[in-house]
Amino acid sequence: MELQVSTRDSYGKALKEIGADSKIVVLDADLSSSTKTSVFAEAYRDRFINVGISEQNLFGIAAGLACSGKTVFASTFAVFVGKAWDILRIIAHDRLNVKVTVSHGGISNGPDGWSHHSIEDIAMMRALPNFTVVVPADSVEAESVVKVAAQNDGPWYIRLSKLEVPTINGIDYRFLPGKGNVLLDGSDVSIIACGAMVHAALGAAEILKGDGVRAMVINMASIKPIDVELVLRAARETGAVVTAEEGSVIGGLGGAVAEATSSYCPVTVERVGINDTFTQSGGRDLYGFYGLTAEGITEACRRVRKR
Amino acid sequence: MVSVERLKDISREIGCGIVASTTAAGSGHPGGSLSIKNVMAVLFFHVMRHDPSKPEWPDRDRFVLSKGHAAPALYSTLALAGYIKREELYTLRKLCSRLQGHPSRHPGMMIEASTGALGNGFSMAVGMALAAKIDSRAYRVYTVLGDGEVQEGIVWEAAMLASYRKLDNLIAVVDRNGLQLDGPVEWILSVEPLAAKWRAFGWHVIEADGESVDALVRAFEAAIKMRGRPKVIIAHTTKGESSSVMSWNRKYHGSVLDREQCMQYMKENGCGGWNCR
Repeated sequence: MELQVSTRDSYGKALKEIGADSKIVVLDADLSSSTKTSVFAEAYRDRFINVGISEQNLFGIAAGLACSGKTVFASTFAVFVGKAWDILRIIAHDRLNVKVTVSHGGISNGPDGWSHHSIEDIAMMRALPNFTVVVPADSVEAESVVKVAAQNDGPWYIRLSKLEVPTINGIDYRFLPGKGNVLLDGSDVSIIACGAMVHAALGAAEILKGDGVRAMVINMASIKPIDVELVLRAARETGAVVTAEEGSVIGGLGGAVAEATSSYCPVTVERVGINDTFTQSGGRDLYGFYGLTAEGITEACRRVRKR
Repeated sequence: MVSVERLKDISREIGCGIVASTTAAGSGHPGGSLSIKNVMAVLFFHVMRHDPSKPEWPDRDRFVLSKGHAAPALYSTLALAGYIKREELYTLRKLCSRLQGHPSRHPGMMIEASTGALGNGFSMAVGMALAAKIDSRAYRVYTVLGDGEVQEGIVWEAAMLASYRKLDNLIAVVDRNGLQLDGPVEWILSVEPLAAKWRAFGWHVIEADGESVDALVRAFEAAIKMRGRPKVIIAHTTKGESSSVMSWNRKYHGSVLDREQCMQYMKENGCGGWNCR
């Protein structure tokens, strides 16, 4: 069986590796062992601040530190960024150097239920001017994203997951903001995915081969800025697009792709995600229940090609 | 040191700028701006270490106006201190002005943080004080909150962190002017016992007559001397102070004097050189 790693695991590892830079300060709100900022905390105790269970203050302190020249990584669960929206607007407006790096994105926190699932966060963060929004597909990409974010001034939203997924990217992979990656070329349908759905998209392409359908698979970790050029190329070359994300079908990656195609190359777009509903408790079976699987994406590809 | 007489005069001038700029803008929050003019005068002309010729000096003391709606008081102070030209005050709230309705971060102008959504500025000020401690730098952070503003939960989240982290480089002022938009603070949501609340959160509390420049000078000097804890000065003030029309009148939380009333204010307060547009 292939080795499976969660993207949050590489966060702790990456932070520790870049932690020697004294400008880096890491904050957490009593979830450090879950978000993996604890790995940084052990190595650099004096530059780790646990603010306690207070998400508004988490990002207020982060903003104040960033105003004072710090590169701040501030972490909690994805779902809790909503608690601090007012401060996130300031971070966005003033282009503060705060990396909002959240774990337990989507439904990866399965058994905890809807109160701990985040389905609307991508749409929310995408709506804020100046934020770079990234959903890495695997541990290799997550590690690169964290390191690249540290090198780039300005606010980032990095959405990580608890779900353990197979590694897709090669060890020398380097994330570039605004760039998507074609993992598989094809001419019949395009699947544009992010996060854990990238692996599922590759599975869908494999199934579609049996139908004689060649799917193009794109990893679009950079949701904002999105790689418009690549989205339009996929739309032109395949004429049908499926998006797949572990979040609401409203306003997330699917929304971003639909915005780009509707303006420049209107094609049929089918969005795979959580269909405007709150989610239930469950384990990995949740992904099947909500159609966030290779099979679910395959069905969407078949539907979109029929229209 | 600047004399108390001079500070009083500066405070008076800050008031002139507040009224002139808000009347010209046709909107704004003059009441809660006037109540902090003494605090602003004492801070910028006596207490804080800053240099208008080097606005981004790394060791400058930081100032965060957490009650961001009192922006006209900040802008007027900055004009008197030489960070901006007096004429610019008349651009307040207008299209493309640097003087946005609520402060928008501009370190080169001593506007260290964007505020206006209440509570946030205080949390950011705590973050700045924390940064100074991490870097072992000597600058202090000053922040001014409204008394209604302490109804915001984030204030107490941040207050808890500041004392736990022993941020004695942080001095907060609560402008206890007694009025919030909908009426007297004590009628809307009582914040009393205010001093006891701050003490319970681990802060050193100093109560001061905010209408006395002399009392504020002594309060800040005492606050600076006190080590080991963050400090808060509860400044007892009057909303709309110095204006016969606006004093203790909640209407002037969020509305301004007309041109005629403005001219009356200028006359009452000896605002030579200021005009009402």
